[in-house]
Amino acid sequence: MLTPRPGSSSGSAGSKGSAGRGRARRDSGPAGRVPWVLVVPALVALVFLVAPLAGLLVRAPWSTLATRLAEPQVLTALRLSLVTATLATVLCLLLGVPLAWVLARVDFPGRRLVRALVTVPLVLPPVVGGVALLLVLGRRGLVGQWLDSAFGITLPFTTTGVVLAEAFVAMPFLVISVEGALRAADLRFEEAAATLGASRWTVFHRVTLPLIAPGVVAGAVLCWARALGEFGATITFAGNFPGRTQTMPLAVYLALETEPEAAIVLSLVLLAVSILVLASLRDRWVTSP
Amino acid sequence: MFRRLSRWTVAVPLTLALAAGLSGCGGDDSGGASGAASGGSGKTLTVFAAASLTESFTELGRTFESAHPGTKVRFNFGSSATLAQQITQGAPADVFAAASPATMKTVTDASLATAPATFVRNRLEIAVPADNPAKVDDLRDLADSKVKVALCAEQVPCGAAAAKALDAAGLKVEPVTLEQDVKATLTKVELGEVDAALVYRTDVLAAGGKVKGIGFPEADKAINDYPIAALSKAPAADLARQFVQLVLSAQGKSVMAKAGFDVP
Repeated sequence: MLTPRPGSSSGSAGSKGSAGRGRARRDSGPAGRVPWVLVVPALVALVFLVAPLAGLLVRAPWSTLATRLAEPQVLTALRLSLVTATLATVLCLLLGVPLAWVLARVDFPGRRLVRALVTVPLVLPPVVGGVALLLVLGRRGLVGQWLDSAFGITLPFTTTGVVLAEAFVAMPFLVISVEGALRAADLRFEEAAATLGASRWTVFHRVTLPLIAPGVVAGAVLCWARALGEFGATITFAGNFPGRTQTMPLAVYLALETEPEAAIVLSLVLLAVSILVLASLRDRWVTSP
Repeated sequence: MFRRLSRWTVAVPLTLALAAGLSGCGGDDSGGASGAASGGSGKTLTVFAAASLTESFTELGRTFESAHPGTKVRFNFGSSATLAQQITQGAPADVFAAASPATMKTVTDASLATAPATFVRNRLEIAVPADNPAKVDDLRDLADSKVKVALCAEQVPCGAAAAKALDAAGLKVEPVTLEQDVKATLTKVELGEVDAALVYRTDVLAAGGKVKGIGFPEADKAINDYPIAALSKAPAADLARQFVQLVLSAQGKSVMAKAGFDVP
């Protein structure tokens, strides 16, 4: 256990800390003493992140848990959540990986602007994102009215709408991670392949993609997790109807209106499933060697 | 250079936004302090009110502020159930005005308020887009499968009222969505995404010309009572009582009637 030495001023601790870090980097063994200026905030951060979770566990109605979980609405919402989050992730992979590649490998004017635009869904309140989607893809939206009149397709209030809303909010997570992986990847492999006569497409799918696979998986996991928890854009764009567009976060929100205990149970289910999926993926893929 | 600059252009607004968010949640201290700085004996009254009261209470808040110089009225508008939970979890509120007796009961059951008074009633109307594309003109039209209908979820007061009204009419309506609150339901009509919705008359009026309201007789079976109470742990107890008096006064009633409420 790491205990900070009492009475040492922050100044001296700081200098010792940097010395310790240097040593740790050299021999990477357990010898380096961890500086408490980092450990204390780290512990605060951990408590801050975990305490609300503990709150949920403490207040959970354990005695009625089984009967509440057996309600068909819970399973319906959970299944819809898992299916839509997965489809949204697939959509993000199909569109987002190429976008990340273009941003990282193609030099074109306005690239910085495009990169900034990609992150817009990150800063946009999701509800605003949902309204924006309605304005474009809604029945009277710029593209939506044409979809409606030409093909009879309306996207709001459909499961497809849920997938689109989730993909809109989650795609930046994937694009940013994949672009970061591409920038960190060693260009010499791609150059070697190119000098051996490989086309850019061949280089991409035979060299680049295997090289950045961990980054892609990490991005996909983040993207999936964000899509799974998506609330604002979904309820605004796709509405809320059990079995069709009511995902777990929507079910949680509405349960909160009348039955806070039911909302806690639903949240626990969502948490358990996502932790299970994320932990299994992390162990296999995300941890860098 | 640009990269360094761009990092700052992100970091600075973020920090400011966080700071603003924190101070916004900081309770009465900041509001009271700034009120004291500008108005001398400044005090802050915090009113938690149902979302459907947004327009009328904002107006009454201004009336109250001009009658009590130096006092600031702050509003927290939202779903009544959410507000009731915030109050029972210890949010520093002075007055609670709910859109249903059930949500007020959460607060009185926790002994945080006594003797709430019903100050207005709200009735449902059919809201349709201004051009009424599906030619809806009474409640029966909503049962047509070609008409896209939005309702409030039954967990929120407007949804419970809608279910009651449809029951009274013996109608089975298949909505495309069950929205989380009445304003969200109305937005779907304003944007033309649905052909009709059941919302309160006050919301139709507040939307101006963007939606058209259609009254229907079964609305009489699903009238919503709005209770108001000064909270027993109110930090500004005197102001809280005076605000409730203002809402129940003739002046308050005329503001509420103008917004489309039935005034008892």
